[in-house]
Amino acid sequence: MFVFIIRRVLQTIPVLLGVSLVVFLIMQMVPGDPATLLAGEGATKETIESLRHELGLDRPILYQYVDYVLHAVQGDFGESLRSSRPVLDEIMVRLPITLELALASIFITVVLGMIAGIISATKQYSAADISIMIVALLGISLPSFWLGLMLIYFFSVNLHLFPVSGWGTFSHMILPAITLGAGGAAIVARMTRSSMLEVVRQDYIRTARAKGLKEYIIIYKHGLKNALIPVITVVGLQFGALLGGTVLTESVFAINGLGRLIVDAIRTRDLPMVQGGVLIASVIFVFMNLAVDVLYRYFNKRIDLN
Amino acid sequence: MKPEVVINNTELNVKERKSPKLRHWKAFYKKFKRNKLALVGGYIVLFYILLAIFAPLISPQDPYEIDLVNKLQTPSAEHWMGTDDKGRDILSRLLYGTRLSLTVGFVSVFFGAFIGILLGLAAGYYGKWIDTVIMRIVDVLLAFPGILLALAIISALGPSLINVMVAVGVFSIPMFARIVRGSTLSVRKLEYIDAIRALGATDFTIICKHIFPNILSPVIVQATLRLATAILSAAGLSFLGLGAQPPSPEWGAMLSSGRDYLFSAPHIALFPGIAISTLVLGFNIFGDGLRDALDPRMKK
Repeated sequence: MFVFIIRRVLQTIPVLLGVSLVVFLIMQMVPGDPATLLAGEGATKETIESLRHELGLDRPILYQYVDYVLHAVQGDFGESLRSSRPVLDEIMVRLPITLELALASIFITVVLGMIAGIISATKQYSAADISIMIVALLGISLPSFWLGLMLIYFFSVNLHLFPVSGWGTFSHMILPAITLGAGGAAIVARMTRSSMLEVVRQDYIRTARAKGLKEYIIIYKHGLKNALIPVITVVGLQFGALLGGTVLTESVFAINGLGRLIVDAIRTRDLPMVQGGVLIASVIFVFMNLAVDVLYRYFNKRIDLN
Repeated sequence: MKPEVVINNTELNVKERKSPKLRHWKAFYKKFKRNKLALVGGYIVLFYILLAIFAPLISPQDPYEIDLVNKLQTPSAEHWMGTDDKGRDILSRLLYGTRLSLTVGFVSVFFGAFIGILLGLAAGYYGKWIDTVIMRIVDVLLAFPGILLALAIISALGPSLINVMVAVGVFSIPMFARIVRGSTLSVRKLEYIDAIRALGATDFTIICKHIFPNILSPVIVQATLRLATAILSAAGLSFLGLGAQPPSPEWGAMLSSGRDYLFSAPHIALFPGIAISTLVLGFNIFGDGLRDALDPRMKK
């Protein structure tokens, strides 16, 4: 297991380098010269040239990339063009909010999705099963930003149960977490159902029944444990979708998280901020995938990921 | 009567033996037709395609015509879905918006599929270092969470609907590349490919004529399901103000303008959301049905 973890950690290094290269190259596609943009209108040619030299933009692109990676590894993502503060400082203020939102949403995704999936599988073809699967199908088709607006309309505007926007208290968290977690819950519900249905047809479940075990022990102790293995992968993948989805949810609920920071940075053409934000979110996702692989391996020792 | 039936069957068998492709598609159609839910999905998609084609004929009003006297009107006989903050008829805007959403979906998926298929075929067929390089690129593209890669691309290219198509297309490339590579690998190892190669066929002929047609099923399934994702992502980007710009009747942009009037005129945000959801639902269940009929092994 230890060797596996070390090998898997080493495998993430080229992926991280690749991610940084893609982000770096995308920013090179930006039309116009960053030095001219930074120098502002009316700057002399000499000022622009000296700024270009200062920023290292007159060096070959490979040097610029290596320089960028070396700085990024030390947490230096440059300065925000809008606030002139270090990009990392701004991100670190916003990141905990986004992670809180993502964790609350993944809780909704896992708990709601699994409960619905188990009910569906244990009561296959019942009214409950059909209703859950219809809701799940709707769940993966609803745009999260629209669901968020509708939740605000019903629960905040009409019923006054939750605040319309903002972040900070538990009640602030509920609607955004449902908005962001609902799609994932639908996917997990479908996955849990099909996985459970496959497991309950296995011989050892029949043996457990023949032994006269109670149904809930069969389902929860023998069935669920094995049915969970493929669900873990889906949940791991959902975390990535959630991180991306925070962009929309934070915008709907006016939450000052990392996603909103990136969108605002795109609107104001604050490219170092976009670059830093996208890179950090992607690095978190890569490590999340690593954790999922390790968990997957832990729960299912029979498989060989290599 | 009995001998006649036998003769007919024999004739049919001879015909079918002559055309295995036809038999394959016939079997698919038979299987697909049995799946009522998938048929509903297909009808939903067809319905929206027809709406898009005939939007100018069936729209009650000009989708761009501003009428400030009648702004924020609730649904009525004159305006079935009410009017927006500029007095424009929401139904007409939704009908025209169908064209935009479907175009964005189809163009971006076609773009992503085209590049993804090329990469997947090259990786799966040639293997070795070509496979390693392509699949590492795919791994990197898959390492971006959700729509963040699309956001990064738009930040560089600038907000517009065309750039959304490019961004969402790039976001779809790795999925197609992975699926095509996997299918190509399994087809490449089959004996008939060795036989064709021994007959002197070039790599180009083998890939285009003998491998590609055999990996089409998973590609079609993936493309249908990706259409749903593409339409959702594009609407999301327009909702953030990074896609279609006003006064475009793009559904995501319409939803975005509706959020400012959630207290006074919730219908502005309601109808575009229903439109996006039903179209995406249509593609999802149609895609699920295609998957079950075309390639049951892919069923999760």
